[in-house]
Amino acid sequence: MARLRLYLKQTITYNVAVMFLKHVKEFLETFGNIAFQFVQVLRYIFTFQISIKQLMEQASRFAVDSLPITLSIVSMTSIILAMQIAPEMVKQGGKDYIGLLVSLTMIREVGVIMSGFAIISMIGSSQASELATMKVTEQIDAMKVLKVSPFKYLFLPRVLAGFIMMPFVVIIASTVGILAGGLTAMMAAKDVTWLCYITSVWQGLYIRDINIMLLKSACFGGCISLISSSCGYEAKGGAKGVGLATTKAVVWSFVSIVIIDCIFAVAFYF
Amino acid sequence: MSIKVENLTKEFDGRKVLNNISFTVESGEVLSIVGFSGSGKSTILKILCGLLNADSGNINIDDGDVAMVFQYSALFDSLNVFDNISFALQERKEFKNKYTKEELKEIVAKSLQTVGLSGIEDKFPHELSGGMQKRVSLARAIVTKPQFILYDEPTAGLDPIASTVIEDYILRLRDETKATSIVVTHQMSTIQRCSDKVIMLYDGNIVFRGTPAELLKQDTPYTKQFVSASIEGPMKIAANSF
Repeated sequence: MARLRLYLKQTITYNVAVMFLKHVKEFLETFGNIAFQFVQVLRYIFTFQISIKQLMEQASRFAVDSLPITLSIVSMTSIILAMQIAPEMVKQGGKDYIGLLVSLTMIREVGVIMSGFAIISMIGSSQASELATMKVTEQIDAMKVLKVSPFKYLFLPRVLAGFIMMPFVVIIASTVGILAGGLTAMMAAKDVTWLCYITSVWQGLYIRDINIMLLKSACFGGCISLISSSCGYEAKGGAKGVGLATTKAVVWSFVSIVIIDCIFAVAFYF
Repeated sequence: MSIKVENLTKEFDGRKVLNNISFTVESGEVLSIVGFSGSGKSTILKILCGLLNADSGNINIDDGDVAMVFQYSALFDSLNVFDNISFALQERKEFKNKYTKEELKEIVAKSLQTVGLSGIEDKFPHELSGGMQKRVSLARAIVTKPQFILYDEPTAGLDPIASTVIEDYILRLRDETKATSIVVTHQMSTIQRCSDKVIMLYDGNIVFRGTPAELLKQDTPYTKQFVSASIEGPMKIAANSF
């Protein structure tokens, strides 16, 4: 029996199964931690234990600091989109629909998801590494000994700032993206005028889409901050632990916002 | 204001770090916990201040605030010295909005004065030397007037003079605050100067308990090996424990 067990342990199937189970365990642990921390954050929100000073600080960091990179990424995506579709649309006789296509794409999908990616790389990674460093240098332990809840002091302002500020970032980024798309379309196709583009943009803008965009972006913002803070908070070890926590935060945030995006698409457009 | 620990047990990954540890620290006493790296000294402190849960055993701490001075100070690096020291007073539920800004400034100034550092309220932790960080950490610990102070290797990484200064402040805090203290240390001078009682840990067990003078007598093989810092003796250090 012992020999059989030893033989089994040497098989590829066994090792793959062990590796798979290890990843499943890790996934469930991370998911459980995030869920637990989300409940803690909700507890402080519903008992109105919010520090306005902390919230303003994090909100400014979330929105203002991330704006240049978010605007750049969303604008560039819009420019690339307009550059490629404008000549084709003009050829096919659809120059009156270029603005519609760009605005629809921006409002429904690209503006939000690209802003999400920019925020993850700029803010999420910084939140994760900040909390991870605090964890490995015992600053979070010191906070607990001083009887100040890390969920209240660290998580709550970050998650709330993400939830509140992300819609503003997305609105600004999408607006700039649509305008940048218009300028590009005019340069890429001679027949496209500014008036024609803007008229077409209005045709593609629906209040319902804007509402969904705002709700989705708020969910993205809260989710990015929660996951990043959680991964940082659970960091172990030294510099390597900080690096692993940051990577984990970025990967989990990317996957999560794509899943949320998918849920919104199915719920509202399917 | 005493601390009574009975049959404390803690395991990490199947390894028993603390095995039925029992000790008492009377009101106003300073107990030093010594032992090799990985012998569970810091684990005891973390259990006492609530950062870790014990697997079994009883801990009786009289009602009162517990403060801890961390090995590497653990100052909040995004906050200046003023905010670090007044952190608990600004953020803790029972103190929040209790003090005005002026009162906070006064309390922080007084705490800094106690540890011999005045006028550094606007500095950030990275602008301070290791010894100064330790003293700010002491100031942060005493600002809530705790009844119990736990020191995790307070002189680690400091030069001998800075270590003596920290030891002086430990004694001064004991006299001024009358707090019951536990000091985890490797340093013989800290044990001799600061402690009333000493316990030595090895392999999860207490292998010596007595006074600093009794430790220095080297009556047991354990104390002999520890005081003479010898590799030879009953305590074997695992290669992965330091």
